[in-house]
Amino acid sequence: MSATALLEVEDLSKQFGGFTALDAVSFSVAEGERLGLIGPNGSGKSTLVNCLCGALRHQGGSVRFAGARVDGLPAHQRTRLGMARSFQLPKPFRSLSVAENIRIPLLYTVNARKGAHLDAAALERRCHELLDLVGLAGKAMGRPRDLTQVEMRKLELARAMAAEPTLLIADEAMAGLSHAEVDDILALLHRLNEGGVTIILIEHIMRAVMSFSSRLVVLVAGRKIADGLPADVVRNPDVVKAYLGE
Amino acid sequence: MRTRTFWLVAILVGAVFFGLSLLAPNQYYFQAGYKVLQYVVLATAWNILGGYTGYVNFGSAAFFALGAYSTVALYKLLPVPLPVLILIGGVVSGVVGLGMGYLTLRLRGAFFSIATLALAVVVQTLITNWDFVGGSRGAYIIPPMRVPILGHYIEYLYLVMVALSVLAIGIARTIERSRLGYGFAAIRDDEQAAEAAGVPTLRLKLVATTLSGALMGMAGAPLPYYVTYLDPASGFNLAYAVNSIAMPLIGGMSFWLGPLIGALFLGSIQEYTTVAFSSSSGLNVLIVGVLLVGFVIVAPNGIIGLFEGLRGRRR
Repeated sequence: MSATALLEVEDLSKQFGGFTALDAVSFSVAEGERLGLIGPNGSGKSTLVNCLCGALRHQGGSVRFAGARVDGLPAHQRTRLGMARSFQLPKPFRSLSVAENIRIPLLYTVNARKGAHLDAAALERRCHELLDLVGLAGKAMGRPRDLTQVEMRKLELARAMAAEPTLLIADEAMAGLSHAEVDDILALLHRLNEGGVTIILIEHIMRAVMSFSSRLVVLVAGRKIADGLPADVVRNPDVVKAYLGE
Repeated sequence: MRTRTFWLVAILVGAVFFGLSLLAPNQYYFQAGYKVLQYVVLATAWNILGGYTGYVNFGSAAFFALGAYSTVALYKLLPVPLPVLILIGGVVSGVVGLGMGYLTLRLRGAFFSIATLALAVVVQTLITNWDFVGGSRGAYIIPPMRVPILGHYIEYLYLVMVALSVLAIGIARTIERSRLGYGFAAIRDDEQAAEAAGVPTLRLKLVATTLSGALMGMAGAPLPYYVTYLDPASGFNLAYAVNSIAMPLIGGMSFWLGPLIGALFLGSIQEYTTVAFSSSSGLNVLIVGVLLVGFVIVAPNGIIGLFEGLRGRRR
C-alpha cells in the first residue's frame, strides 16, 4: 500500500467488568481505502467503533488519526478532526426537521474548524446539497419520524458527511434493507470514496462487504483473526471456522 | 422575526404593559403582578435547562433562594441598590449552577433530577444554620417606603420584575434561534449523536445550568424587599420548585412562549385562589397537581402543543 496510514490502531483493548470486548486489536487504514470490518454478532465491532470515535473509553493501546493521537479526546473533537460515524441504530434528532439534522454538524463541526465560516445562505445551500446527495431533498422540511428505514439510514449518512470527514465509519448502514436499497447505499458510499473519503464499512451483508471493500478485517471474540484482500480472507480457515463452526 | 427586532418588541411590550399597570386602582395589583411575573422569570429560566436540553431540575427553589439570601447578606453588610443586588444574586446562583452542573451532568435522566433535589436540601440546610442571614429565625428587611418618580416601592419592585421578565424571555428566544439553541436541541434528542456531530455536550450543558441558575437567582434577589421577612421555609418553599416545573410543562416546553403562558395561567389561578379562598399554599399545590396530571394525559405538549395540534389538523 503506497498511501500513508490515516488511522492507526495499536493494541486497542476494552473490558466491560470481567468481560474482554476488545483484546489488543491492531490495524491501520490507508488514505482513500475502503476497509470492510466483519465478524459474528458480539465480536466487538461496535465496541471498536465506539472506542475509535470516543463514545467509549478504551483501557489499553492507542489510536492515531492523521498522525496525531486521538485517544483521550472527547468524541466531538475527534469529529472535528475529521472522523465521522453513522450509528447502527439510526439516532436522528427527532425534534428537528431533516434539514436541521444536517445543520447541527455544519454549525458545530464545519464552522468550528479554523478558517471556515458558513453564513446563513451557505448553510442552507450545504444542507440541500447534502440531502440531494442522499436523495432526501424532497423531505427536507419533514421530521425524522416521517422517514422510512432506508431514508433514516441515508439521513444518518448525510449527517455524518455534513461534518466533511476524511474518514467515515459506517456502522451497519444497511442492516435490514432490501437488495435494491443495499445497492443504493453502496453506490452512495462509492461516490463518497471517489470524492476522497476513506471508509470503514461494518456490515453483516457479505455481498455488500465483498463488492465494496478493498481490504477486510475480521474480528472474532474481540481479537483480530484476519486482515487482507477480501477473496483471501473469506478462504482463511480461521474465518470459516468462526462463521460456520468446524 | 430577527433577534434584534424581537428584543425591541419585547422591551416595547414590557413598557406598554407597565404603563397600563399604572392605571390599576390600588397597590394590590402590583403585589399580585409581581408574584406572577416572578414565576414568568422562574419558568423561563427552568425551561432553558429543562425544556431545551431535557435535564429536569428539581432544585429551582435553591437557586431562587440563593438569590434572595445573597440580598439578605448584602443588606446586612452595606447599602446596595436593587439592580446591583439582582446582578449579584444572578452571579451567585449562576456560579452554583455551574458547580452543580459540573458535579452532576455526568448523570442522566432521573439521576440528574435526584441530584438537583439533593442540592436543594443541602443549600437549605446551610442557610438554615447560617446565623448571619437569620438562620431558621428568618431575617427582616425594611424597604424604603417610597422611591423617586414612581412613588410606592412596590411599583418599583413590579417594574423591576417586568424588566427581568423581558430579559429572561429575550434570552430564551435568542438562544432558540442561535447555534446554541440547535446544540441544546441536539443534546435533548440524543447526546451520543450530538457528540458525533461535533457538539461539545458537556460545555453546552454547563452553559445551560449556569444561565438557568443565574436567571433564577435574579428572580429571587428582590424577594426579601417584597416579603420584608424571609425565612428558609418561605425562601425554599416547595411551591417554587413545583411551579417552575409545572408552568413550562403546562404551557409547553418547545419554545419561549410556553413557560410564559404557563406562568401567566397557573400564576393567576394561584393568586386568585389565594385571595378568593384565603387559603395557604396547600390548595395551590393541589391545583397545580391536578392540572399537571390533566395536562400530561390530555395535552402532553402543553397549551402550545394543543394549539399546534389543532392547527396541524386543520391544514
